[in-house]
Amino acid sequence: MKRLRNAFLAPAAALMAVTMLAPLAIIVVYSLLTRGAYGGVELPWTAENFSRLYDPVYGVIFLRSFWVAAAATALCLVLGFPLAMFIARSGSRKNLYLSLVILPFWTSFLIRTYAWMFILRDTGILNSALLGLGLIREPLPLLYNDGAVILGLVYGFLPFMVLPLYATLERLDPSLLEAAADLGARPWDTLMRVTLPMCAPGIRAGAILVFVPCLGTYLTSDLLGGSKTVLIGNLVQNQFTASRDWPFGAALSLALMGVAMLLLFAVRRRGEELL
Amino acid sequence: MATETVLALRRVTKDFGAGVSTQRAVADVSLEIPRGEFFSLLGPSGCGKTTILRMIAGFETPTAGEVWLNGRRIDALPPYQRNVNTVFQSYALFPHLTVQGNVEFGLRRKQIANLEKRVQQVLEQVRLEAKASRRPSELSGGERQRVALARAIVLEPDLLLLDEPLSALDPQLRKQVRGELRDLQRRVGVTFLFVTHDQEEALSMSDRIAVMNAGALEQVGTPREIYTRPRTRFVANFLGAMNWIDGIGVRPEAVNITPEGRKAVVTGVTYLGSFCHIALTLEGGVAIAAQAPPGSAFESGQAVCVTWNPRDEIRCDDQVRLA
Repeated sequence: MKRLRNAFLAPAAALMAVTMLAPLAIIVVYSLLTRGAYGGVELPWTAENFSRLYDPVYGVIFLRSFWVAAAATALCLVLGFPLAMFIARSGSRKNLYLSLVILPFWTSFLIRTYAWMFILRDTGILNSALLGLGLIREPLPLLYNDGAVILGLVYGFLPFMVLPLYATLERLDPSLLEAAADLGARPWDTLMRVTLPMCAPGIRAGAILVFVPCLGTYLTSDLLGGSKTVLIGNLVQNQFTASRDWPFGAALSLALMGVAMLLLFAVRRRGEELL
Repeated sequence: MATETVLALRRVTKDFGAGVSTQRAVADVSLEIPRGEFFSLLGPSGCGKTTILRMIAGFETPTAGEVWLNGRRIDALPPYQRNVNTVFQSYALFPHLTVQGNVEFGLRRKQIANLEKRVQQVLEQVRLEAKASRRPSELSGGERQRVALARAIVLEPDLLLLDEPLSALDPQLRKQVRGELRDLQRRVGVTFLFVTHDQEEALSMSDRIAVMNAGALEQVGTPREIYTRPRTRFVANFLGAMNWIDGIGVRPEAVNITPEGRKAVVTGVTYLGSFCHIALTLEGGVAIAAQAPPGSAFESGQAVCVTWNPRDEIRCDDQVRLA
Protein backbone atom coordinates (compact mmCIF):
# COMPACT_ATOMS: atom_id res chain seq x y z
CA MET A 1 0.00 0.00 0.00
CA LYS A 2 2.64 2.42 1.11
CA ARG A 3 4.89 1.59 -1.84
CA LEU A 4 1.97 2.13 -4.22
CA ARG A 5 1.19 5.47 -2.62
CA ASN A 6 4.82 6.56 -2.95
CA ALA A 7 4.88 5.49 -6.57
CA PHE A 8 1.91 7.74 -7.33
CA LEU A 9 3.32 10.59 -5.31
CA ALA A 10 6.76 10.47 -6.93
CA PRO A 11 5.92 12.32 -10.19
CA ALA A 12 4.32 15.23 -8.34
CA ALA A 13 7.14 15.35 -5.82
CA ALA A 14 9.74 15.30 -8.61
CA LEU A 15 7.90 18.03 -10.49
CA MET A 16 7.73 20.17 -7.36
CA ALA A 17 11.42 19.68 -6.73
CA VAL A 18 12.42 20.56 -10.27
CA THR A 19 10.01 23.41 -10.93
CA MET A 20 9.99 25.06 -7.52
CA LEU A 21 13.08 24.21 -5.57
CA ALA A 22 15.53 24.33 -8.46
CA PRO A 23 14.60 27.85 -9.66
CA LEU A 24 14.56 28.99 -6.05
CA ALA A 25 18.05 27.61 -5.56
CA ILE A 26 19.21 29.36 -8.72
CA ILE A 27 17.78 32.65 -7.48
CA VAL A 28 19.53 32.23 -4.12
CA VAL A 29 22.86 31.53 -5.85
CA TYR A 30 22.43 34.42 -8.30
CA SER A 31 21.58 36.83 -5.51
CA LEU A 32 25.00 36.17 -4.00
CA LEU A 33 27.02 36.69 -7.21
CA THR A 34 28.23 39.76 -9.10
CA ARG A 35 26.44 41.14 -12.14
CA GLY A 36 27.83 40.43 -15.57
CA ALA A 37 28.49 43.30 -17.96
CA TYR A 38 25.82 42.13 -20.44
CA GLY A 39 23.45 40.43 -18.01
CA GLY A 40 24.06 37.08 -16.38
CA VAL A 41 26.19 36.59 -13.30
CA GLU A 42 29.88 36.32 -12.48
CA LEU A 43 32.07 35.49 -9.56
CA PRO A 44 33.08 36.65 -6.92
CA TRP A 45 30.51 35.90 -4.24
CA THR A 46 29.12 39.00 -2.56
CA ALA A 47 26.38 40.11 -0.17
CA GLU A 48 26.31 43.57 -1.70
CA ASN A 49 23.04 42.90 -3.57
CA PHE A 50 21.25 42.59 -0.24
CA SER A 51 22.84 45.64 1.35
CA ARG A 52 21.63 47.71 -1.61
CA LEU A 53 18.06 46.87 -0.57
CA TYR A 54 18.39 49.33 2.32
CA ASP A 55 18.22 52.23 -0.13
CA PRO A 56 15.04 54.18 0.78
CA VAL A 57 14.09 54.26 -2.91
CA TYR A 58 13.32 50.54 -2.72
CA GLY A 59 11.62 50.93 0.63
CA VAL A 60 9.16 53.33 -1.00
CA ILE A 61 8.51 50.88 -3.82
CA PHE A 62 7.99 48.06 -1.32
CA LEU A 63 5.53 50.13 0.69
CA ARG A 64 3.71 51.18 -2.43
CA SER A 65 3.42 47.56 -3.54
CA PHE A 66 2.01 46.64 -0.15
CA TRP A 67 -0.51 49.44 -0.28
CA VAL A 68 -1.66 48.47 -3.77
CA ALA A 69 -1.89 44.78 -2.87
CA ALA A 70 -3.64 45.53 0.43
CA ALA A 71 -6.13 47.87 -1.22
CA ALA A 72 -6.87 45.30 -3.93
CA THR A 73 -7.34 42.58 -1.29
CA ALA A 74 -9.63 44.74 0.81
CA LEU A 75 -11.72 45.68 -2.22
CA CYS A 76 -11.91 42.03 -3.29
CA LEU A 77 -13.19 41.17 0.19
CA VAL A 78 -15.75 43.97 0.25
CA LEU A 79 -17.01 43.09 -3.24
CA GLY A 80 -16.54 39.35 -2.97
CA PHE A 81 -18.30 38.74 0.35
CA PRO A 82 -21.77 39.85 -0.73
CA LEU A 83 -21.29 38.06 -4.03
CA ALA A 84 -20.23 34.82 -2.32
CA MET A 85 -23.17 35.13 0.08
CA PHE A 86 -25.56 35.68 -2.79
CA ILE A 87 -24.24 32.62 -4.64
CA ALA A 88 -24.28 30.45 -1.52
CA ARG A 89 -27.96 31.29 -1.03
CA SER A 90 -29.15 30.96 -4.62
CA GLY A 91 -30.09 27.30 -4.41
CA SER A 92 -30.20 25.48 -7.71
CA ARG A 93 -28.55 28.35 -9.59
CA LYS A 94 -25.36 28.11 -7.51
CA ASN A 95 -23.43 26.25 -10.18
CA LEU A 96 -24.43 28.66 -12.91
CA TYR A 97 -23.25 31.67 -10.88
CA LEU A 98 -20.04 29.91 -9.90
CA SER A 99 -19.22 29.19 -13.52
CA LEU A 100 -19.90 32.83 -14.35
CA VAL A 101 -17.40 33.83 -11.67
CA ILE A 102 -14.67 31.74 -13.26
CA LEU A 103 -15.75 32.46 -16.85
CA PRO A 104 -13.05 35.16 -17.35
CA PHE A 105 -10.38 32.48 -16.83
CA TRP A 106 -11.23 31.16 -20.28
CA THR A 107 -9.46 34.20 -21.76
CA SER A 108 -5.85 35.14 -21.20
CA PHE A 109 -5.25 37.56 -18.37
CA LEU A 110 -3.02 39.58 -20.68
CA ILE A 111 -5.81 40.09 -23.20
CA ARG A 112 -8.30 40.99 -20.48
CA THR A 113 -5.86 43.55 -19.10
CA TYR A 114 -5.46 45.05 -22.56
CA ALA A 115 -9.24 45.25 -22.74
CA TRP A 116 -9.18 47.40 -19.61
CA MET A 117 -6.72 49.74 -21.38
CA PHE A 118 -9.27 50.13 -24.18
CA ILE A 119 -11.92 50.95 -21.62
CA LEU A 120 -9.91 53.36 -19.50
CA ARG A 121 -7.62 55.28 -21.87
CA ASP A 122 -8.31 58.89 -22.93
CA THR A 123 -9.91 57.80 -26.20
CA GLY A 124 -11.37 54.67 -24.57
CA ILE A 125 -14.96 53.51 -24.33
CA LEU A 126 -15.65 55.12 -20.98
CA ASN A 127 -14.21 58.55 -21.75
CA SER A 128 -15.76 58.58 -25.24
CA ALA A 129 -19.14 57.79 -23.78
CA LEU A 130 -18.89 60.44 -21.09
CA LEU A 131 -17.65 63.01 -23.64
CA GLY A 132 -20.39 62.03 -26.05
CA LEU A 133 -23.05 62.47 -23.38
CA GLY A 134 -21.58 65.85 -22.57
CA LEU A 135 -20.98 64.91 -18.95
CA ILE A 136 -17.31 65.88 -19.15
CA ARG A 137 -15.34 68.24 -21.36
CA GLU A 138 -11.95 66.62 -21.18
CA PRO A 139 -11.11 62.93 -20.87
CA LEU A 140 -10.74 61.78 -17.27
CA PRO A 141 -7.28 60.44 -16.39
CA LEU A 142 -8.52 56.92 -15.78
CA LEU A 143 -5.47 55.02 -16.96
CA TYR A 144 -1.85 54.99 -15.77
CA ASN A 145 -2.32 55.50 -12.03
CA ASP A 146 -2.58 53.40 -8.87
CA GLY A 147 -6.35 53.37 -9.17
CA ALA A 148 -6.19 51.71 -12.57
CA VAL A 149 -3.73 49.12 -11.24
CA ILE A 150 -5.93 48.34 -8.24
CA LEU A 151 -8.95 48.08 -10.51
CA GLY A 152 -7.11 45.66 -12.78
CA LEU A 153 -5.98 43.56 -9.81
CA VAL A 154 -9.44 43.46 -8.22
CA TYR A 155 -10.89 42.46 -11.56
CA GLY A 156 -8.31 39.75 -12.08
CA PHE A 157 -8.24 38.28 -8.58
CA LEU A 158 -11.83 38.63 -7.42
CA PRO A 159 -12.60 34.95 -8.20
CA PHE A 160 -9.78 33.89 -5.86
CA MET A 161 -11.59 35.70 -3.06
CA VAL A 162 -15.10 34.62 -4.00
CA LEU A 163 -14.39 30.91 -4.26
CA PRO A 164 -13.02 30.27 -0.74
CA LEU A 165 -15.62 32.62 0.75
CA TYR A 166 -18.33 30.72 -1.07
CA ALA A 167 -16.95 27.43 0.23
CA THR A 168 -17.19 28.54 3.88
CA LEU A 169 -20.53 30.32 3.49
CA GLU A 170 -22.04 27.32 1.79
CA ARG A 171 -21.14 25.11 4.74
CA LEU A 172 -22.42 27.62 7.29
CA ASP A 173 -25.25 26.01 9.27
CA PRO A 174 -28.37 28.11 8.58
CA SER A 175 -29.72 27.31 12.03
CA LEU A 176 -26.88 29.44 13.47
CA LEU A 177 -28.27 32.46 11.65
CA GLU A 178 -31.76 31.61 12.86
CA ALA A 179 -30.42 31.23 16.38
CA ALA A 180 -28.85 34.69 16.19
CA ALA A 181 -32.12 36.26 15.03
CA ASP A 182 -33.98 34.27 17.67
CA LEU A 183 -31.70 35.73 20.35
CA GLY A 184 -32.50 39.24 19.21
CA ALA A 185 -29.77 39.97 16.67
CA ARG A 186 -30.77 42.20 13.77
CA PRO A 187 -29.48 41.15 10.32
CA TRP A 188 -26.46 43.45 10.57
CA ASP A 189 -25.57 42.07 14.02
CA THR A 190 -25.92 38.53 12.73
CA LEU A 191 -23.58 39.35 9.86
CA MET A 192 -20.94 40.92 12.10
CA ARG A 193 -21.21 38.57 15.09
CA VAL A 194 -21.92 35.23 13.47
CA THR A 195 -21.47 35.09 9.70
CA LEU A 196 -18.20 37.00 9.47
CA PRO A 197 -16.46 35.28 12.41
CA MET A 198 -17.61 31.90 11.15
CA CYS A 199 -16.13 32.74 7.74
CA ALA A 200 -12.72 33.65 9.13
CA PRO A 201 -11.02 30.64 7.50
CA GLY A 202 -12.46 31.54 4.10
CA ILE A 203 -11.58 35.20 4.50
CA ARG A 204 -8.04 34.26 5.43
CA ALA A 205 -7.66 31.87 2.52
CA GLY A 206 -9.11 34.39 0.08
CA ALA A 207 -6.95 37.21 1.41
CA ILE A 208 -3.80 35.12 1.00
CA LEU A 209 -4.77 33.98 -2.50
CA VAL A 210 -5.33 37.59 -3.56
CA PHE A 211 -2.69 39.45 -1.60
CA VAL A 212 0.35 37.32 -2.43
CA PRO A 213 0.03 37.41 -6.23
CA CYS A 214 -0.96 41.09 -6.12
CA LEU A 215 2.19 41.86 -4.16
CA GLY A 216 4.37 40.45 -6.93
CA THR A 217 2.31 41.62 -9.89
CA TYR A 218 4.09 43.24 -12.80
CA LEU A 219 1.79 42.71 -15.79
CA THR A 220 -1.15 44.72 -14.45
CA SER A 221 1.01 47.52 -13.10
CA ASP A 222 3.04 47.59 -16.31
CA LEU A 223 0.00 47.89 -18.58
CA LEU A 224 -2.42 49.89 -16.43
CA GLY A 225 0.04 51.80 -14.23
CA GLY A 226 2.36 53.00 -16.96
CA SER A 227 5.80 54.32 -16.08
CA LYS A 228 4.53 56.22 -13.04
CA THR A 229 3.49 53.22 -11.02
CA VAL A 230 6.55 51.07 -10.35
CA LEU A 231 5.86 48.12 -8.08
CA ILE A 232 8.33 45.50 -6.84
CA GLY A 233 7.28 43.20 -9.63
CA ASN A 234 8.22 45.77 -12.24
CA LEU A 235 11.46 46.52 -10.44
CA VAL A 236 12.45 42.85 -10.48
CA GLN A 237 11.45 42.55 -14.11
CA ASN A 238 13.60 45.59 -14.92
CA GLN A 239 16.67 44.12 -13.26
CA PHE A 240 16.47 41.08 -15.50
CA THR A 241 15.74 43.07 -18.66
CA ALA A 242 16.70 46.71 -19.15
CA SER A 243 19.07 47.06 -16.15
CA ARG A 244 20.82 43.75 -16.73
CA ASP A 245 21.41 43.36 -13.02
CA TRP A 246 20.39 39.76 -12.39
CA PRO A 247 21.94 39.43 -8.93
CA PHE A 248 20.08 42.46 -7.63
CA GLY A 249 16.84 41.25 -9.25
CA ALA A 250 17.33 37.91 -7.50
CA ALA A 251 17.95 39.65 -4.17
CA LEU A 252 14.80 41.74 -4.63
CA SER A 253 12.75 38.62 -5.39
CA LEU A 254 14.03 36.90 -2.28
CA ALA A 255 13.27 39.94 -0.13
CA LEU A 256 9.73 40.03 -1.51
CA MET A 257 9.29 36.36 -0.85
CA GLY A 258 10.65 36.70 2.68
CA VAL A 259 8.25 39.50 3.55
CA ALA A 260 5.29 37.67 2.04
CA MET A 261 6.11 34.54 4.03
CA LEU A 262 6.45 36.48 7.27
CA LEU A 263 2.99 37.90 6.65
CA LEU A 264 1.58 34.45 5.96
CA PHE A 265 2.96 33.11 9.21
CA ALA A 266 1.57 36.06 11.10
CA VAL A 267 -1.89 35.42 9.64
CA ARG A 268 -1.74 31.71 10.27
CA ARG A 269 -0.49 32.06 13.83
CA ARG A 270 -3.36 34.34 14.80
CA GLY A 271 -5.86 32.35 12.80
CA GLU A 272 -5.25 28.93 14.32
CA GLU A 273 -7.51 29.64 17.22
CA LEU A 274 -10.43 30.33 14.95
CA LEU A 275 -10.09 27.21 12.86
CA MET B 1 -60.62 32.86 31.79
CA ALA B 2 -58.79 32.25 35.03
CA THR B 3 -55.30 32.09 33.63
CA GLU B 4 -53.66 34.54 31.32
CA THR B 5 -53.07 33.37 27.75
CA VAL B 6 -49.48 33.74 26.57
CA LEU B 7 -49.75 32.30 23.11
CA ALA B 8 -52.75 32.12 20.84
CA LEU B 9 -52.83 30.68 17.35
CA ARG B 10 -55.94 31.62 15.42
CA ARG B 11 -56.77 29.48 12.38
CA VAL B 12 -53.14 29.30 11.30
CA THR B 13 -52.42 27.72 7.92
CA LYS B 14 -49.10 27.30 6.18
CA ASP B 15 -48.59 26.24 2.59
CA PHE B 16 -45.22 25.53 1.04
CA GLY B 17 -44.58 25.78 -2.67
CA ALA B 18 -46.90 27.34 -5.20
CA GLY B 19 -49.42 26.30 -7.80
CA VAL B 20 -49.89 22.61 -8.37
CA SER B 21 -47.05 21.61 -6.07
CA THR B 22 -48.50 23.40 -3.03
CA GLN B 23 -48.11 21.42 0.17
CA ARG B 24 -50.28 22.28 3.15
CA ALA B 25 -47.96 21.82 6.14
CA VAL B 26 -50.30 23.30 8.73
CA ALA B 27 -54.07 23.35 8.28
CA ASP B 28 -56.29 25.72 10.23
CA VAL B 29 -54.71 25.27 13.64
CA SER B 30 -56.09 27.18 16.64
CA LEU B 31 -54.49 26.88 20.03
CA GLU B 32 -54.16 28.73 23.33
CA ILE B 33 -51.43 28.26 25.88
CA PRO B 34 -51.73 29.82 29.36
CA ARG B 35 -48.76 31.31 31.17
CA GLY B 36 -46.52 28.85 32.97
CA GLU B 37 -47.76 25.77 31.19
CA PHE B 38 -45.61 22.94 29.85
CA PHE B 39 -47.34 22.36 26.53
CA SER B 40 -46.29 19.70 24.04
CA LEU B 41 -46.95 19.38 20.34
CA LEU B 42 -46.86 15.67 19.64
CA GLY B 43 -46.99 14.03 16.25
CA PRO B 44 -45.11 11.94 13.71
CA SER B 45 -42.37 13.56 11.65
CA GLY B 46 -43.75 15.69 8.86
CA CYS B 47 -47.02 16.41 10.68
CA GLY B 48 -46.34 20.15 10.77
CA LYS B 49 -45.39 20.56 14.40
CA THR B 50 -41.97 22.07 13.62
CA THR B 51 -43.59 24.40 11.09
CA ILE B 52 -45.89 25.70 13.83
CA LEU B 53 -42.88 26.26 16.04
CA ARG B 54 -41.07 28.12 13.26
CA MET B 55 -44.09 30.36 12.65
CA ILE B 56 -44.17 31.28 16.34
CA ALA B 57 -40.41 31.95 16.34
CA GLY B 58 -40.69 34.02 13.16
CA PHE B 59 -38.72 31.85 10.73
CA GLU B 60 -41.83 31.20 8.66
CA THR B 61 -44.81 33.42 7.92
CA PRO B 62 -48.30 31.90 8.10
CA THR B 63 -50.16 31.71 4.80
CA ALA B 64 -53.32 32.53 6.73
CA GLY B 65 -54.26 33.06 10.35
CA GLU B 66 -52.84 34.99 13.27
CA VAL B 67 -50.21 34.45 15.94
CA TRP B 68 -50.72 36.36 19.18
CA LEU B 69 -48.19 36.63 21.98
CA ASN B 70 -49.16 38.31 25.22
CA GLY B 71 -52.13 39.99 23.58
CA ARG B 72 -50.06 41.34 20.70
CA ARG B 73 -50.21 40.10 17.16
CA ILE B 74 -46.72 39.00 16.13
CA ASP B 75 -47.00 37.03 12.90
CA ALA B 76 -45.56 39.88 10.80
CA LEU B 77 -42.65 40.66 13.16
CA PRO B 78 -39.11 39.45 12.44
CA PRO B 79 -37.70 36.88 14.90
CA TYR B 80 -35.53 39.44 16.68
CA GLN B 81 -38.60 41.47 17.68
CA ARG B 82 -40.46 38.59 19.29
CA ASN B 83 -40.05 37.84 22.96
CA VAL B 84 -39.85 34.15 22.17
CA ASN B 85 -36.72 32.02 22.26
CA THR B 86 -35.91 28.69 20.74
CA VAL B 87 -33.90 25.65 21.76
CA PHE B 88 -32.99 24.18 18.38
CA GLN B 89 -32.91 20.49 17.65
CA SER B 90 -29.22 20.73 16.78
CA TYR B 91 -28.81 23.35 19.58
CA ALA B 92 -27.22 25.75 17.03
CA LEU B 93 -24.61 26.91 19.54
CA PHE B 94 -22.14 29.43 18.15
CA PRO B 95 -18.94 27.41 17.75
CA HIS B 96 -16.72 30.50 17.73
CA LEU B 97 -17.97 31.64 21.15
CA THR B 98 -17.48 30.17 24.60
CA VAL B 99 -20.34 28.95 26.77
CA GLN B 100 -20.30 32.37 28.42
CA GLY B 101 -20.27 34.08 25.01
CA ASN B 102 -23.20 32.00 23.83
CA VAL B 103 -25.25 32.80 26.91
CA GLU B 104 -24.34 36.49 26.72
CA PHE B 105 -25.23 36.74 23.04
CA GLY B 106 -28.90 37.58 23.47
CA LEU B 107 -28.34 39.82 26.52
CA ARG B 108 -25.81 41.88 24.57
CA ARG B 109 -28.18 42.30 21.64
CA LYS B 110 -30.82 43.63 24.01
CA GLN B 111 -28.26 45.73 25.91
CA ILE B 112 -29.43 44.41 29.21
CA ALA B 113 -27.79 45.63 32.41
CA ASN B 114 -26.46 43.31 35.09
CA LEU B 115 -25.24 41.02 32.37
CA GLU B 116 -22.52 39.23 34.33
CA LYS B 117 -24.79 38.41 37.22
CA ARG B 118 -27.55 37.05 35.07
CA VAL B 119 -25.18 34.91 33.04
CA GLN B 120 -23.71 33.49 36.22
CA GLN B 121 -27.14 32.80 37.68
CA VAL B 122 -28.41 30.95 34.65
CA LEU B 123 -25.20 28.93 34.34
CA GLU B 124 -25.68 27.86 37.95
CA GLN B 125 -29.25 26.88 37.17
CA VAL B 126 -28.06 24.51 34.47
CA ARG B 127 -24.94 23.47 36.45
CA LEU B 128 -22.46 24.77 33.92
CA GLU B 129 -20.72 27.50 35.91
CA ALA B 130 -17.48 25.52 35.81
CA LYS B 131 -17.54 25.34 32.01
CA ALA B 132 -18.19 29.00 31.25
CA SER B 133 -14.96 29.43 29.29
CA ARG B 134 -15.26 26.23 27.24
CA ARG B 135 -16.14 26.10 23.57
CA PRO B 136 -19.23 24.11 22.52
CA SER B 137 -16.96 21.59 20.78
CA GLU B 138 -15.44 20.73 24.18
CA LEU B 139 -18.80 19.86 25.76
CA SER B 140 -20.82 16.64 25.95
CA GLY B 141 -24.23 16.37 24.28
CA GLY B 142 -26.06 16.90 27.55
CA GLU B 143 -23.97 19.97 28.37
CA ARG B 144 -24.60 21.46 24.95
CA GLN B 145 -28.30 20.99 25.43
CA ARG B 146 -28.05 22.84 28.74
CA VAL B 147 -26.12 25.70 27.14
CA ALA B 148 -28.86 26.01 24.50
CA LEU B 149 -31.41 26.08 27.30
CA ALA B 150 -29.46 28.63 29.35
CA ARG B 151 -28.92 30.86 26.32
CA ALA B 152 -32.67 31.01 25.82
CA ILE B 153 -34.04 31.25 29.38
CA VAL B 154 -31.56 33.96 30.37
CA LEU B 155 -33.64 36.28 28.17
CA GLU B 156 -36.77 35.50 30.19
CA PRO B 157 -38.94 34.94 27.11
CA ASP B 158 -42.73 34.91 27.27
CA LEU B 159 -42.55 31.53 25.62
CA LEU B 160 -39.72 29.04 25.17
CA LEU B 161 -39.90 26.89 22.06
CA LEU B 162 -38.13 23.54 22.22
CA ASP B 163 -37.72 21.64 18.97
CA GLU B 164 -37.08 17.98 19.83
CA PRO B 165 -34.34 19.06 22.24
CA LEU B 166 -33.73 15.55 23.55
CA SER B 167 -33.44 13.75 20.23
CA ALA B 168 -29.69 14.34 19.98
CA LEU B 169 -29.04 12.74 23.36
CA ASP B 170 -28.46 9.04 23.97
CA PRO B 171 -31.50 7.16 25.35
CA GLN B 172 -30.11 6.75 28.85
CA LEU B 173 -29.52 10.47 29.25
CA ARG B 174 -32.79 11.36 27.58
CA LYS B 175 -34.87 9.94 30.43
CA GLN B 176 -32.83 11.74 33.04
CA VAL B 177 -33.03 15.05 31.16
CA ARG B 178 -36.83 14.80 30.96
CA GLY B 179 -37.06 15.15 34.72
CA GLU B 180 -34.46 17.91 34.80
CA LEU B 181 -36.22 19.87 32.09
CA ARG B 182 -39.55 19.55 33.85
CA ASP B 183 -38.00 20.71 37.15
CA LEU B 184 -36.30 23.63 35.48
CA GLN B 185 -39.55 24.70 33.82
CA ARG B 186 -41.35 24.65 37.17
CA ARG B 187 -38.53 26.54 38.89
CA VAL B 188 -38.12 29.23 36.25
CA GLY B 189 -41.82 29.46 35.50
CA VAL B 190 -41.32 30.04 31.78
CA THR B 191 -44.05 28.75 29.46
CA PHE B 192 -42.71 25.84 27.41
CA LEU B 193 -43.87 24.79 23.98
CA PHE B 194 -42.19 21.44 23.47
CA VAL B 195 -42.19 19.70 20.10
CA THR B 196 -41.64 15.96 20.04
CA HIS B 197 -42.54 12.78 18.19
CA ASP B 198 -41.92 10.68 21.32
CA GLN B 199 -45.22 10.03 23.08
CA GLU B 200 -43.53 8.89 26.29
CA GLU B 201 -41.63 12.17 26.44
CA ALA B 202 -44.81 14.17 25.93
CA LEU B 203 -46.81 12.12 28.44
CA SER B 204 -44.19 12.30 31.16
CA MET B 205 -43.42 16.03 30.98
CA SER B 206 -46.43 17.97 29.79
CA ASP B 207 -49.30 19.74 31.50
CA ARG B 208 -51.19 19.50 28.23
CA ILE B 209 -50.51 17.87 24.88
CA ALA B 210 -51.72 18.68 21.40
CA VAL B 211 -51.59 15.67 19.09
CA MET B 212 -51.03 16.58 15.45
CA ASN B 213 -51.53 14.60 12.29
CA ALA B 214 -51.12 15.73 8.69
CA GLY B 215 -51.01 19.41 9.57
CA ALA B 216 -54.09 19.46 11.78
CA LEU B 217 -54.74 19.16 15.51
CA GLU B 218 -56.35 15.85 16.41
CA GLN B 219 -56.83 16.45 20.12
CA VAL B 220 -55.69 18.75 22.89
CA GLY B 221 -55.77 17.62 26.49
CA THR B 222 -53.88 16.50 29.57
CA PRO B 223 -51.66 13.43 29.19
CA ARG B 224 -54.25 11.34 31.04
CA GLU B 225 -57.10 12.55 28.86
CA ILE B 226 -55.45 11.90 25.57
CA TYR B 227 -54.14 8.50 26.64
CA THR B 228 -57.33 7.20 28.23
CA ARG B 229 -59.90 9.14 26.20
CA PRO B 230 -58.40 9.58 22.72
CA ARG B 231 -60.87 11.26 20.46
CA THR B 232 -59.58 9.69 17.25
CA ARG B 233 -58.04 6.39 16.29
CA PHE B 234 -54.95 8.22 15.21
CA VAL B 235 -54.46 9.64 18.72
CA ALA B 236 -55.24 6.27 20.30
CA ASN B 237 -52.69 4.50 18.12
CA PHE B 238 -50.03 7.19 18.34
CA LEU B 239 -50.08 7.38 22.13
CA GLY B 240 -49.40 3.68 22.57
CA ALA B 241 -50.16 0.17 21.39
CA MET B 242 -53.87 -0.40 20.91
CA ASN B 243 -56.07 -3.42 20.18
CA TRP B 244 -59.13 -2.79 18.06
CA ILE B 245 -61.81 -5.33 18.91
CA ASP B 246 -65.22 -4.91 17.26
CA GLY B 247 -64.58 -1.19 16.81
CA ILE B 248 -63.63 -0.67 20.42
CA GLY B 249 -60.12 0.08 21.59
CA VAL B 250 -58.45 -1.79 24.46
CA ARG B 251 -54.86 -1.14 25.49
CA PRO B 252 -52.68 -4.28 25.80
CA GLU B 253 -52.06 -3.61 29.49
CA ALA B 254 -55.85 -3.68 30.08
CA VAL B 255 -56.24 -7.14 28.53
CA ASN B 256 -56.22 -9.90 31.15
CA ILE B 257 -55.59 -13.53 30.34
CA THR B 258 -58.11 -15.39 32.48
CA PRO B 259 -59.71 -18.88 32.76
CA GLU B 260 -62.97 -17.59 31.34
CA GLY B 261 -63.89 -15.01 28.75
CA ARG B 262 -63.36 -14.63 25.03
CA LYS B 263 -61.48 -17.53 23.53
CA ALA B 264 -58.06 -16.83 22.05
CA VAL B 265 -54.90 -18.63 20.98
CA VAL B 266 -51.40 -17.48 21.98
CA THR B 267 -49.32 -16.85 18.86
CA GLY B 268 -46.16 -15.47 20.39
CA VAL B 269 -44.50 -14.62 23.71
CA THR B 270 -41.82 -11.96 24.02
CA TYR B 271 -39.99 -11.55 27.31
CA LEU B 272 -39.32 -7.82 27.94
CA GLY B 273 -37.89 -7.87 31.47
CA SER B 274 -40.56 -6.08 33.47
CA PHE B 275 -43.37 -7.84 31.60
CA CYS B 276 -44.11 -10.34 28.84
CA HIS B 277 -45.69 -9.23 25.60
CA ILE B 278 -48.24 -11.84 24.53
CA ALA B 279 -49.51 -11.94 20.95
CA LEU B 280 -52.94 -13.59 20.60
CA THR B 281 -55.51 -14.32 17.96
CA LEU B 282 -59.14 -14.03 19.02
CA GLU B 283 -61.73 -16.44 17.85
CA GLY B 284 -62.75 -14.90 14.56
CA GLY B 285 -59.19 -14.07 13.59
CA VAL B 286 -58.51 -10.63 15.15
CA ALA B 287 -54.88 -10.31 16.29
CA ILE B 288 -54.43 -8.55 19.64
CA ALA B 289 -51.70 -7.98 22.19
CA ALA B 290 -51.73 -8.38 25.95
CA GLN B 291 -49.29 -7.94 28.78
CA ALA B 292 -48.55 -10.60 31.35
CA PRO B 293 -46.25 -10.71 34.42
CA PRO B 294 -42.66 -11.61 33.55
CA GLY B 295 -42.96 -14.94 35.36
CA SER B 296 -45.98 -16.17 33.42
CA ALA B 297 -45.53 -19.35 31.40
CA PHE B 298 -47.57 -19.03 28.23
CA GLU B 299 -46.58 -20.85 25.08
CA SER B 300 -47.35 -20.39 21.43
CA GLY B 301 -50.40 -22.41 20.41
CA GLN B 302 -51.86 -22.41 23.90
CA ALA B 303 -55.64 -21.90 24.10
CA VAL B 304 -56.57 -19.17 26.61
CA CYS B 305 -59.37 -16.74 27.40
CA VAL B 306 -59.15 -12.95 27.62
CA THR B 307 -61.24 -10.35 29.44
CA TRP B 308 -61.01 -6.66 30.11
CA ASN B 309 -62.77 -4.18 32.29
CA PRO B 310 -65.42 -2.28 30.29
CA ARG B 311 -64.09 0.88 31.95
CA ASP B 312 -60.89 0.45 29.93
CA GLU B 313 -62.72 0.36 26.62
CA ILE B 314 -61.94 3.29 24.37
CA ARG B 315 -64.50 4.61 21.92
CA CYS B 316 -63.24 7.10 19.37
CA ASP B 317 -65.36 9.72 17.64
CA ASP B 318 -64.18 8.64 14.25
CA GLN B 319 -64.69 4.92 14.78
CA VAL B 320 -67.92 4.80 12.84
CA ARG B 321 -66.36 6.66 9.95
CA LEU B 322 -63.32 4.42 9.88
CA ALA B 323 -64.78 1.07 10.92
